Amino acid sequence: MVEWTDFERATIQDIFSKMDYEVVGPAALSRCLIVYPWTQRYFGNFGNLYNAAAIMGNPMVAKHGTTILHGLERGVKNMDNIKETYAELSVLHSDKLHVDPDNFKLLSDCLTIVVAAQLGKAFTGEVQAAFQKFMAVVVSSLGRQYH
Amino acid sequence: MSLTAKDKDTVRAFWTKVSGKSAEIGSDALSRMLVVYPQTKTYFSHWKDLSPGSEPVKKHGKSVMGGVADAVTKIDDLNAGLLTLSELHAFTLRVDPANFKILSHNILVVMAIMYPKDFTPEVHVAMDKFLAALSRALAEKYR
Repeated sequence: MVEWTDFERATIQDIFSKMDYEVVGPAALSRCLIVYPWTQRYFGNFGNLYNAAAIMGNPMVAKHGTTILHGLERGVKNMDNIKETYAELSVLHSDKLHVDPDNFKLLSDCLTIVVAAQLGKAFTGEVQAAFQKFMAVVVSSLGRQYH
Repeated sequence: MSLTAKDKDTVRAFWTKVSGKSAEIGSDALSRMLVVYPQTKTYFSHWKDLSPGSEPVKKHGKSVMGGVADAVTKIDDLNAGLLTLSELHAFTLRVDPANFKILSHNILVVMAIMYPKDFTPEVHVAMDKFLAALSRALAEKYR
């Protein structure tokens, strides 16, 4: 089981409670599709992903980005049980969506950068460490049920 | 994944914007790296003070960004341009190249913090590619 310090718990709760999922989600997903264009392979039915402007204006990308953030919230609300929380989603990403789990880290890195830009100086090294630790646990759980 | 002409233009333009604060970027990126990835501290056991913003960290951050600035001017041939630095890292410093990725990530995080409006996804991808190419050039002489 993952050990969380009081600081880490408080930091994660704080970051997500202040977050606008409808801004951060779309920003993170579109950044991922732009910075790591091979990730577009999973979104063949999303329409126009032809360039950065198209991606950032795409309503399906925006909707899915928000969905992802709501998915992350489940982990935020169950920090002592993240593995179980994402077991079903892990199976889904493996068996139905066939997503290479390496992609989870790519999206996580983009989310880190979006959150950093939002929080500015408040995103200290310690806060970054807590955030990246949380994301690493989520990423690991999402890859756990692959077989 | 080599740098296109557009990537190089984007990198040069963004670098012109941020180069005035490069020492601060370097210091913050290095400080973050030592906190967020504590295994990187193993390379600096000879420093008196590894805390964020300390003198050795500031000084070294400035050196590192000096290297990045140099690389921007040599963006058309990074392997040739960074030959000496590669030999230094390969034979003397022997930093595991996995750490180049770690430091690059932290440089990008600091750029996002300091330039939230300018660090657009287009700038992000160009800078990520550039730092990756720089890292590859730095690892050129390892084996």
